[in-house]
Amino acid sequence: MDYITTLLVKNGLVVAFFVVGIGLYIADLLSKKLTKGKIPGSAIAIFLGLVAAYAGGISTGGNKGIADIRALSGFELMGGAMFRDFAIVSTALGASFAVVRKTGMMGLLSLLIGVLVTFSCGAVIAYSMGYTDARSITTIGAGACTFVVGPVTGAAVGASSDVIANSIAAGLVKSILVTIGTPLVARYIGLNNPATAMVFGGLIGTTSGVAAGLAATDPRLVPYGAMTATFYTGLGCLLCPSVLYLLVKLLVAA
Amino acid sequence: MMKGVALLAGCYIAGQLVGETLGQLMHINANVGGVGFAMLFLVLTQHWLHQRNRLTLEIESGILFWSRLYIPVIVAMAATQNVRVAVSSGLIALLAGAIPVVICLLLVPVLTKSIPNTASTTPDVWTT
Repeated sequence: MDYITTLLVKNGLVVAFFVVGIGLYIADLLSKKLTKGKIPGSAIAIFLGLVAAYAGGISTGGNKGIADIRALSGFELMGGAMFRDFAIVSTALGASFAVVRKTGMMGLLSLLIGVLVTFSCGAVIAYSMGYTDARSITTIGAGACTFVVGPVTGAAVGASSDVIANSIAAGLVKSILVTIGTPLVARYIGLNNPATAMVFGGLIGTTSGVAAGLAATDPRLVPYGAMTATFYTGLGCLLCPSVLYLLVKLLVAA
Repeated sequence: MMKGVALLAGCYIAGQLVGETLGQLMHINANVGGVGFAMLFLVLTQHWLHQRNRLTLEIESGILFWSRLYIPVIVAMAATQNVRVAVSSGLIALLAGAIPVVICLLLVPVLTKSIPNTASTTPDVWTT
């Protein structure tokens, strides 16, 4: 029976298209039946994806969610960064450049505030939970930004591997929380127009969280949120191992 | 259709190249805003083609095809997240992951209020 798995693995991407298609169909059914369309099918499908990722992780002990199941390894390609970023760029077709230019400055400001507020909050939490050395505090603070900034900073400042693992976990918690939380809180934070979406992308910044959260809220906002969010990781990788690390070293030593 | 996909792919590669080069110049091994630049290039070339009314439906359909694949790709991405580690991670990761997000979400309306009213609704030309 092994030949079947081999066939599925060899055609992994097509298998992923098929399975995701079924998932979306089920999600649409659930959306109509359970929530009478109040919660969009895409939000339910993304949530089902997270549940499947948890199931895949538990059953195989791997780190790639459902893609650790051999027959479904095609998910790694379909859900990987290449297709994700390529699809995000395609949503720019409908984006109005005028809004981007007008809100540009505020988007930049939200990026800076987003990284600084998130880093300092993560660092304070690390300190209050018993981390005293500057390397660990900085790495946890960077992990609070995204699950990319955390390990990049941890490696740059030479933090221990368990602290780096914690920073990745913090980034994952953030990404998943934003994915699930954004559609729930969108109404209360006025997330229904391009300008707010750009500020949201700058403040929250985790590319996968913002992309999934806005997809579940209103796909038309995706290009605006993604436009600022894509600079967040780069800015975090720039500031955390350098300026912010020095700042933490000063504060901790004092 | 394929011309549109090629235009998208061209803008994507060019944008990622700029992002990677920026990362190299700043000595950080991360891509700095590659997707942002790619979107900028796409918007600019679309504008340029539109003015010379060479933005044929055939080209747009290629890009629209990929924007319709956006949600399925994000669902597949969600299915490959390391939820197991996130859920089983210690208190430090849960707190450091959750609290800053809540604070930044609260900051969204604060920052947005200080933008002169530009809240134009998004053009509905391509709702997925």
